[in-house]
Amino acid sequence: MEGQSVTKVVLLSCGSFNPITNMHLRMFELARDHLEDTGQYKVVKGIISPVGDGYKKKGLIDAYHRQEMAKLATENSDWITVDTWESLQPVWVETVKVVRHHYNEMLAAEQKNDDVDTVKYAKKRRIEGNYFEDSSHDKRRGGPQLMLLCGADILESFGIPNLWKQDDIAEIVGRYGLVCITRSGNDPHKCIHQSEILWKYRKNIQVVQEWVTNEISATHVRRALRRGRSVRYLLPDAVVHYIQEHDLYSAESEQKNADVVLAPLQKYTGASSS
Amino acid sequence: MATRRVPLVLLACGSFNPITNQHMRLFELARDHMHSTGQYQVVGGIVSPVSDGYGKQGLVLAKHRIAMAKLALQSSDWVKVDEWESQQPDWTETVVTMRYHYGRILEQFEQRTVPGPQLKLLCGADFLDTFKIPGLWRDDHVQEVAGRFGFVCVSRGGLEPERAVHESDTLSRHSQNIFLVREWVKNATSATEVRRALRRGMSVKYLIPDSVIEYIHQHNLYTEDSERRNEGTVLRPLAKQAQQPVKSLDD
Repeated sequence: MEGQSVTKVVLLSCGSFNPITNMHLRMFELARDHLEDTGQYKVVKGIISPVGDGYKKKGLIDAYHRQEMAKLATENSDWITVDTWESLQPVWVETVKVVRHHYNEMLAAEQKNDDVDTVKYAKKRRIEGNYFEDSSHDKRRGGPQLMLLCGADILESFGIPNLWKQDDIAEIVGRYGLVCITRSGNDPHKCIHQSEILWKYRKNIQVVQEWVTNEISATHVRRALRRGRSVRYLLPDAVVHYIQEHDLYSAESEQKNADVVLAPLQKYTGASSS
Repeated sequence: MATRRVPLVLLACGSFNPITNQHMRLFELARDHMHSTGQYQVVGGIVSPVSDGYGKQGLVLAKHRIAMAKLALQSSDWVKVDEWESQQPDWTETVVTMRYHYGRILEQFEQRTVPGPQLKLLCGADFLDTFKIPGLWRDDHVQEVAGRFGFVCVSRGGLEPERAVHESDTLSRHSQNIFLVREWVKNATSATEVRRALRRGMSVKYLIPDSVIEYIHQHNLYTEDSERRNEGTVLRPLAKQAQQPVKSLDD
């Protein structure tokens, strides 16, 4: 085979996507360029996993719409897809569970491909008589990786009390890996330095510098929409049309869950809505 | 009776090398802002790419820049690309381009409306700073653009445009004709960055429309070679201004 083997990577992005914006999509592109530039990785798939309604975030509109918009936004991408497993769960699902779920799915898909490949490679060996070094027991070592794609604000959120379980952070970063896109005003390196867990697994954290400041936050988009302002060119056209057609994002929609405690906080502190 | 709104056309002059989502955002932001003043009704937008004669480093052929702008604006129902400026034999001063388009607008409206239509120059905050560069603008031109037409200037949240107006006597004199629009979302998608990414084989998806990306790849625009175009050439406006004093001596 040609030189050193390249690790296949699937990028998973979890979030509200309320709504999805060009910035969310840019993150995938930036991450892929960065990883492939190292020469060690080949990014084969991107997954957008919108959070379920059970997250209870203020202003979070129906998962159905958020899924549909994400699908419209990725229509023109040949590698980024939307997955609805998380959003279809009846209650909020911890990120680590979403990561595990998609990792298992990825392995299952690899296994299927392997079965096909084994036949192909066997044939190849017969034809070319080359010694085929790679075998199934090596799979785990050079096997495909699932990495969580996120912004630097997520890294910072690891420090917010009761938002994350420490074990979950350790598993996500330790067993899987993080690709973190910087944002102006956040310093991911400082964040890593100041956290014992992150520091321990710093080799598994890829920090991608975004030189073109692109802070199209969904919050800003919702605000513009409430005020009847244009959001064209901040989101894909198809998403803008969808929002207009369904009249999403008003002052009313922003009040949803206003008096409800965010699901993770509820879970870890036992707090409940008033 | 409610006062009638002034019909307004926004004109953006620039390299558009290439056109980006940020360029198109400027129009959207400007339109929203001018509508919200209650005094204007934005009836059209014009993208006017500069001619090859401008001599800016890295400027690819006007025919490509026009084609890309057309692709990008295909889905817009109010902003159009205009080729007049790019077709002129020499680089055209901004005020000359404005006079041309204003003449056409007047023809279009045939004095039917009261109040009559207006044309304003749409630009980013960095544009106002260019007035300070010696030899780049003629004083009487700045006077005409600011006084007769006006600006709609979109900035990214800082106070730079206010300062630029403050530091120029001409601009300050016409500050009521200068509309400052703030974009609170920092979006620094400059064409320079897009070209840089393309040179390095990095993705520019979601920064510029897909159709423009396709066009760029089809025609292999924006390489290290293309960025060196016009290297060492004096920018046409500076060359032209430098010639003026000699001309008047002969008169």
